Amino acid sequence: MNRAIRLIRRRAISSIPVLLIVIVLTFLLLESASGDAVDAYLLSIGGGDATVAQSLRQAYGLDQSMLARLWLYFSSLVTFDLGWSVAFGRPVLDLIFERLPNTLLLMGSATALSFGFGSALGILAGAKPESIRDRVLSTGSLILYAIPSFWLGLVLSIVFAVQLRWLPTSGIETIASGKAGFARALDIAKHLVLPVGALALIYMALFLRVMRSGMAEAWALDFVLFARSKGLSRSRIVLRHVARNALLPLVTMLGLQSAAMLGGSVVIESIFAIPGFGRLAQEAVSGRDAPLLMGIIVVSAVLVICVNLLVDLVYAALDPRVGASEPNT
Amino acid sequence: MRLLRDLVRTPEGAIGLGILAALMLVALFAPVLSPGDPLRITGRALLPPFTDPAFPLGTDRLGRDVLAGILHGTHTSLAVGLAAALAAIAIGLCVGLTAGFAGGLVDEGLMRVVDAFQIVPSFLLALAFVSVIGASVPVVVLAIALGAWADPARLTRAQVLSIRERDYVASARVIGMHPAEIAFREILPNALPPVLALSAIIVAAAILTEAALSFLGLGDPNVVTWGSMIAEGRNILRSSPSLSIFPGIALVVTVVGVYLFSEGLTKALSSRRLEP
Repeated sequence: MNRAIRLIRRRAISSIPVLLIVIVLTFLLLESASGDAVDAYLLSIGGGDATVAQSLRQAYGLDQSMLARLWLYFSSLVTFDLGWSVAFGRPVLDLIFERLPNTLLLMGSATALSFGFGSALGILAGAKPESIRDRVLSTGSLILYAIPSFWLGLVLSIVFAVQLRWLPTSGIETIASGKAGFARALDIAKHLVLPVGALALIYMALFLRVMRSGMAEAWALDFVLFARSKGLSRSRIVLRHVARNALLPLVTMLGLQSAAMLGGSVVIESIFAIPGFGRLAQEAVSGRDAPLLMGIIVVSAVLVICVNLLVDLVYAALDPRVGASEPNT
Repeated sequence: MRLLRDLVRTPEGAIGLGILAALMLVALFAPVLSPGDPLRITGRALLPPFTDPAFPLGTDRLGRDVLAGILHGTHTSLAVGLAAALAAIAIGLCVGLTAGFAGGLVDEGLMRVVDAFQIVPSFLLALAFVSVIGASVPVVVLAIALGAWADPARLTRAQVLSIRERDYVASARVIGMHPAEIAFREILPNALPPVLALSAIIVAAAILTEAALSFLGLGDPNVVTWGSMIAEGRNILRSSPSLSIFPGIALVVTVVGVYLFSEGLTKALSSRRLEP
């Protein structure tokens, strides 16, 4: 337990400067945009005179210098205030917290499914490297991993929603259905089958490949040779010795992919019209809503840091060597 | 040259190289194969595929030739993918070399910046970057490179740190070689192979990112891309799904080609390391 606390503390301390860099760089990027949120807002309501623009800029603090605004952003960030969304006319944090659960549900289910099936198929492929079964699974996963997620989503919805009419094409639940409790959960699950499937299939291919190559490497290691010379049964060697060691890089991959998955949710949510975090990012871009976009990038960075921390803890639980005797830096 | 021979000897490398060579030819000769602007209207709108020999893959909502779009889109996809990967590798090599050599505070500072770029989802970064600067091909290339340089930088730094301690580098130092000469003549060539193997993966990711960006309408509106074709076909997905399906298949074939090439390259590089 002591080890876990030490790990968390070290991660948290090292994350602070990184997060500061993210905030400053994002601020500078959004600062270089021509035109600000007031311009975008006036454009959307059909124009306005200069005095209105001036008073709006004053209200949002846009007339101050860049450094002053960066300082303002930092000082409000400390109180968990991410600013005001111009396009939605609501606090950024409220918007993000409203959308985040849908995305977490989508990503969580996709991760669980792809990790489970990917590692299981990876064990099947890696149990006998270079066999026919391995070649079929490896080639299949290579092709699957080459498919862009948004296109796979479209194809799945053509087949299962448009042609077969088994599943709904878009949304997170049936609007104004009045369902509650279990019926509502079932309704949401039905809506999530296609988007989760599109994401999970592609990441399953990735996990399969990582598991398979990890196992192929482990077969050559001394302790596997030793286990074979002891006369252990093949299935026991595969599961206890080879697969168990190949699982570690898979867990690392899970952390590394969390940022990519969050990015991938933008297109998937746009295709299936799921009101989630990724779709919010797209709406922020089309509404030229700099405070919202800024908030989205900062929150996604925090989210990735948290996932990586979780992955570190799992890794430490799987591998007792990690963090056992490292100094507190 | 020997690397190329080793590469072709692996089945993955041979097939991958074949696919990529064919695509390169298509990209180069697209203006010959289908002359004229692929975005111009050439025939009746919404011609189904495989019905008119003049338009083998049919036409879209505005009567534009789908085959012409796919042929010309090859050029955009490959050019953007290669350019973005090249830029990412160049930035990554510079940052990684500097961090690995300088050490101390410079190393610490640069690696925190690398961390920052790794925890921000690269697609979100590209989305923000393109929307701020405005969509054009160079901006898209830069946006993709910005999200992809962190991995090669980290790998290069790790390579430099391990090679710096080797005997031949120590002996170069002893005979009084200039540090810059050591960096570029002794360390860089030996640090390069794993970064090279990574570069193919970066090309594939760059092609997919470009497609996703133009699918969301953030690509250059003046060039035809597979992503924008898929987005265009999506509006009439129910009546003519083939408009979205064909460009997607082109995309998958391209990325499979890059992956196979990268697997062949990795195998060729590792077999070379085993037999010096």
